Amino acid sequence: MYISFADRGGSPRRRGTGATRVSSVVVTLGVVSLLTDISSESVAAILPLYLTTVIGLSPIAYGVIDGLYQGVSAIVRIFGGWAADRTERPKWVAVFGYGISALARIGFLLATGFTAIVAIVTVDRLGKGLRTAPRDAMITAASVPENLGRSFGVHRMLDTVGAAVGPLLAFLILLVLPTGFTTVFVLSLGCALLGLVVLGLLVPGRTGGAVPPAVGTTPVRPAFSWRALADPGLRRVLVVAGLCGLFTVGDGFVYLALQARTDFAATWFPLLYVGTNVVFLALAIPLGRLADRWGRARVFVAGHAALVAAYLCAAVPIGTLLPTLVCLVLLGVFYAATDGVLAALAAQFAPAGSTATGLAGAQTVVALARFLASTVFGVLWYSVGSTAALLGFAAALLLMLPVAAFLLRTRSSPGHR
Amino acid sequence: MNRRAIVAVCAAAILVAVAAYAATEYLGYRARQAAPSEVDTIAAEPGADVGAGDGGTIVFRNTAQGAGYGQVASVPLGEPAGVRTLAPAACDRIDSTGSARLCLSIDRGVVTTFTATLYDGQWRAQQSWPLPGVPSRTRFSGDGALVAFSAFITGESYATVGFSIATTIVTLAGAAPAATVDLEDFAFSVGGQPVTSADRNFWGVTFAAGDTFYATGASAGRTWLVRGDLKARTLVAIRENAECPSLSPDGTRVAYKTRIEGTPAGQWSIAVLDLATGRQTVLPEQHSVDDQPEWLDDSTVLYGLPRADAAGDSDVWSVAANGTEAPVLLIEHAWSPAAMRP
Repeated sequence: MYISFADRGGSPRRRGTGATRVSSVVVTLGVVSLLTDISSESVAAILPLYLTTVIGLSPIAYGVIDGLYQGVSAIVRIFGGWAADRTERPKWVAVFGYGISALARIGFLLATGFTAIVAIVTVDRLGKGLRTAPRDAMITAASVPENLGRSFGVHRMLDTVGAAVGPLLAFLILLVLPTGFTTVFVLSLGCALLGLVVLGLLVPGRTGGAVPPAVGTTPVRPAFSWRALADPGLRRVLVVAGLCGLFTVGDGFVYLALQARTDFAATWFPLLYVGTNVVFLALAIPLGRLADRWGRARVFVAGHAALVAAYLCAAVPIGTLLPTLVCLVLLGVFYAATDGVLAALAAQFAPAGSTATGLAGAQTVVALARFLASTVFGVLWYSVGSTAALLGFAAALLLMLPVAAFLLRTRSSPGHR
Repeated sequence: MNRRAIVAVCAAAILVAVAAYAATEYLGYRARQAAPSEVDTIAAEPGADVGAGDGGTIVFRNTAQGAGYGQVASVPLGEPAGVRTLAPAACDRIDSTGSARLCLSIDRGVVTTFTATLYDGQWRAQQSWPLPGVPSRTRFSGDGALVAFSAFITGESYATVGFSIATTIVTLAGAAPAATVDLEDFAFSVGGQPVTSADRNFWGVTFAAGDTFYATGASAGRTWLVRGDLKARTLVAIRENAECPSLSPDGTRVAYKTRIEGTPAGQWSIAVLDLATGRQTVLPEQHSVDDQPEWLDDSTVLYGLPRADAAGDSDVWSVAANGTEAPVLLIEHAWSPAAMRP
């Protein structure tokens, strides 16, 4: 793994020499995400324990909070993207988003009841929804188009390190200090504030236009337009992301299928996602680079092929350790090959001046499609069983891959604008 | 001072603040741990039948601060506020028969796992089952041949499956390997209509005679008291808005928690249903009860209430099952009571 901090003191607008380095802005944004993910995931990991053992909430009440946690951010994503493009100040939209999430962390220290916690979780997720698109737009602006996949790979790697470290830190605190829930909240607040400070002070307000100005011309930033989402290139990316998302079920279901089959997965159920995350963070940069060279659409489609394989792996009736581990690796490959790469694709095709809106559009389409997929899958799970449901989704997603490849065929060349 | 230096100073200040807070908490925790228990306790004699007294006992989780916090404790039925005998096991939920205990525990670690462990009368572990998340409820059948336990399916935040809870019923067939069934595999019906939706959940089992048991069924935000049949593998809803049932020793009534219209979400009352007449009596407890009730005898119901002033501490209260008397505090600093009647 090689991350360059070149150009540290100079212009932060571009990576170092040539197209081989990643901008310091991208690395700094990655560090901000790392800190923020430690902050949010440390709390998320212990929240079920806290709600049930300290606050004394029942299963149903917990379900309400869990639903909020997953759903709220999708609502405000588009707004975050729109605000970033409209104001041309993505940094301050992102600061606002990170800021209100940090404020929510203070709430955890004071909250004692169900209503208060619902409010805090809602505010936290609103912040997450607002900041995602502007942050990805800043990553785009700070990268050369040819390097976009790699830049997002670096960012997602750092982001995932935070997501993996957060729960471990939280459980470590509870191991040493069994009643230390407030200590976890204080740590979470500290990380959130530090992330905010790093973002506010070390990330430049303007990271430059997405299009490098041609020599001798004045850069003119095209005006923001809602029609950006109807741009033929971007539209194809959104359609493909949506179609693939329709057959992408939450990893939770895959883990549940594994848990029902193997003792290993049952014992380590609370930690299966750490396995997926470790693979994700290890492969985020290599697959991002591969996407830049071989074609982002190809890597994106191949990532979904890994997901098909993961479904099959979770469906095979072999109760041994191997399918579980292979399944976790495949899920990690899927995230590494699709998460940052989709952002790179959306940024690549989004018309100049509407990058954040394009990114927000892609994220929202994926979130909604996956929500639908999980709902349908859940119904199938109970009506035809987990194995049949997984095989059905694997078959459907497999059929979708040539369609996705066809739709993205002419536009897969790296750096297209 | 340049920006980098400001960030470094902020980072150091935040680190020091977090570390200082953690250290303070840790020292406080250590002091509380080292301090003698705030209640009178004695350790059980090695090999003694912990919790099996001649006149009956109440077994529970001891939540008194100090030594023995979280350990299983027992008091004589006739002297609930007396000296508690501490067992050599820590449990979050506990149920007990004369010769067996089922303990649901949180095994903290960098990898936090959750386990259901079956102990014999002398607290020797007999068998254990991994749980998918935070322990919720456990109950033995009257004859001790069956045991049920429920746990949330939690532990990771990326799972978009929403709220989920797993409930297992184990047949403890002596020396033969225990057979387990998962309630999710049973046919569930409400008003004669099968319910197959994705969000079905079952928890809080209480056993009746033979193959019959009662439990909570939930789907689409609604809950039902369900009657289950282990042979037929069916769950039939018999009343809406009832969670965590508990069958009276004489088998005629079920105590459960229910939502009263007009109260805020997350507020539960405790009620007793006469199974023959279908009449529900709401008991006069003003606090929200989030527990599976336990019958002390045929006329008294026990339940835990968290203490508002101390996280992780709670009290066990008792209330007349006919709703005529106000609740009384039965055991301070206790949780998950299980009555072992003589």
